[in-house]
Amino acid sequence: MKNRFVKWLSLPYVIWAIGFIIIPLIMVFYYGLTDKSGHLTFYNVANITLPVHFKALIIALLLSLISTVICLLLSYPLAMILANMNSSGNNKLMILVFVLPMWMNFLLRTLAWQTLLENEGVINTILTFLHLPTLKIINTPYAIVFGMIYNFLPFMVLPIYNVLCKIDKNLLNAARDLGANEVQTFFKVTLPLSIPGIISGITMVFVPALTTFVISDLLGGSKILLIGNVIEQEFTLNSNWHLGSGLSIVLMLFIIISMIATAIFDKDGEGSAL
Amino acid sequence: MKKLFLFALFATVTMLPMFGCSKTYENGEVYVYNWGEYIDPDTIKMFEEECHIKVIYDEFETNEMMYPKVEAGAVSYDVVCPSDYMIKKMIDNDMLAELDWNNIPNSKNIGAQYYETSKEFDPENKYSVPYCWGTVGILYNKTMVDEPITKWEQLWDPKYKNQILMQNSVRDAFMVALKKNGYSMNTTNIDELQIAKQDLLNQKPLVQAYVVDQVRDKMIGNEAAIGVIYSGEAIYTQRENENLVYVIPEEGTNVWIDSWVVLKNAKNKENAEKFINFMCKPEIALKNFEFITYSTPNDAAKELIEDDDIRNSEIAFPDLTKYNNLETYVYLGEDGDELYNSLWKEVKSE
Repeated sequence: MKNRFVKWLSLPYVIWAIGFIIIPLIMVFYYGLTDKSGHLTFYNVANITLPVHFKALIIALLLSLISTVICLLLSYPLAMILANMNSSGNNKLMILVFVLPMWMNFLLRTLAWQTLLENEGVINTILTFLHLPTLKIINTPYAIVFGMIYNFLPFMVLPIYNVLCKIDKNLLNAARDLGANEVQTFFKVTLPLSIPGIISGITMVFVPALTTFVISDLLGGSKILLIGNVIEQEFTLNSNWHLGSGLSIVLMLFIIISMIATAIFDKDGEGSAL
Repeated sequence: MKKLFLFALFATVTMLPMFGCSKTYENGEVYVYNWGEYIDPDTIKMFEEECHIKVIYDEFETNEMMYPKVEAGAVSYDVVCPSDYMIKKMIDNDMLAELDWNNIPNSKNIGAQYYETSKEFDPENKYSVPYCWGTVGILYNKTMVDEPITKWEQLWDPKYKNQILMQNSVRDAFMVALKKNGYSMNTTNIDELQIAKQDLLNQKPLVQAYVVDQVRDKMIGNEAAIGVIYSGEAIYTQRENENLVYVIPEEGTNVWIDSWVVLKNAKNKENAEKFINFMCKPEIALKNFEFITYSTPNDAAKELIEDDDIRNSEIAFPDLTKYNNLETYVYLGEDGDELYNSLWKEVKSE
């Protein structure tokens, strides 16, 4: 009786999933695998091998990979500090400070960085005032990587923090009892136990970074074409939905690969629970 | 920032009628689809009050973004304001309704020469009423360049490396390169287009960024020395930064017209014509001109401009007979569009 009622509660989500996830996905596959006259074709998917598209894919992979690695290197120590503060109770405030930027619109934050990084922007004005050399990174790949790291860093910190908090302190004490030093404890106990969080953090940074087109448009001055930009332009400018969908399918492959990786390493879904 | 503020203001203004209970719209509604920041929001309110018609107003950024939305018909718009070549495309694809000129008596305020130019894309003047027109030219900051800029060719001068802002749209970018080489900007000759493409590739290392609306803000903020810009934006930028100069390059350029059209499947055709008629009133056209600073084809409105400098401005109302090789964009057909798009993608991905 109770069970049946609970089942009905999932109805809104089921409707949501069908309407906004399944049906759109079917449409992407339909458009991606047909041509303008509606015949089945792999032409759109195979188009990824064109130098124009392939290059955009490689650059997107490269930039998102760099961002993911830097995010990880920055996030892990931070997550450890936050997790260690757990006992003292100060960490609530720290996490709030950290999540605060996410209360603002993503587009607005990226536009703000454009204003900050511009040649005559806020940062350079201050640097010039202090007679320091100016920063010339706007409209370069560096600015794109910077934007990716800034925007997606919280998605790396939170799952790692989450996993680190759950590690039983007794395990660490046991390691010390058995004669392990700090470094050994970290590599033998903490790091292996935090892998689920690392993996879901990597997925949550890598996937949006790979598909972004806004960051490269605003911070890259539209001079560097990522695969996300190519797809966006096929839809908005060239009104070629078939090619756009075909390239999206290719991109989905990479996302599926990273999701499989998550599933293998993060069996309990520990890391993904924020 | 100003842009954001305007947007917020505009959103508030358009939302307001929803909360006012005293207002009634016994004459129904009209769906309008126009360029971003291309109207004085007050004029919409005035129209609603005078004609008792509710205006549902949406904005687009480029012709190419507008077209698929109108074609898909997800929202059935009544009035749209596309540019010349896009109007031709819409006529060719049977998307526009013939206007009943008896319902738009104010259309007589529009200068005859603009109807004449319109014939390039609307041969019998059956579908469109000109709303704004202008040229595409170079805006430069005279404190940041050594000599006056007069030619497109100077956008390839290595000394302006990282100081150049190009338009991030296919036709405008290719127009610059084609005109530089003395070709027609409507060419579909593959050899000419390859040369233009190669030029754009050569120019890419010198370009600071490819942008659309941001040229304005970046030029005002001294971010770049030279930018390709629409004449309508030039007057506004000069008000904000007096060092900026607008020129129509010697090699010729694009003269464009944006016109009101009514869609064939419009549910409110009568209201749509009332809306167009209202926008052609001299005092309303003047209000819009002062707000958006794009040249108005409304001669009666031009007469009402009080500031002599503006009325005789070479930017707002240039004497086109003084310039050579002026052209209007022509719709190139699906194959032509595809050719341009694929070449442009090669430029952008390099």
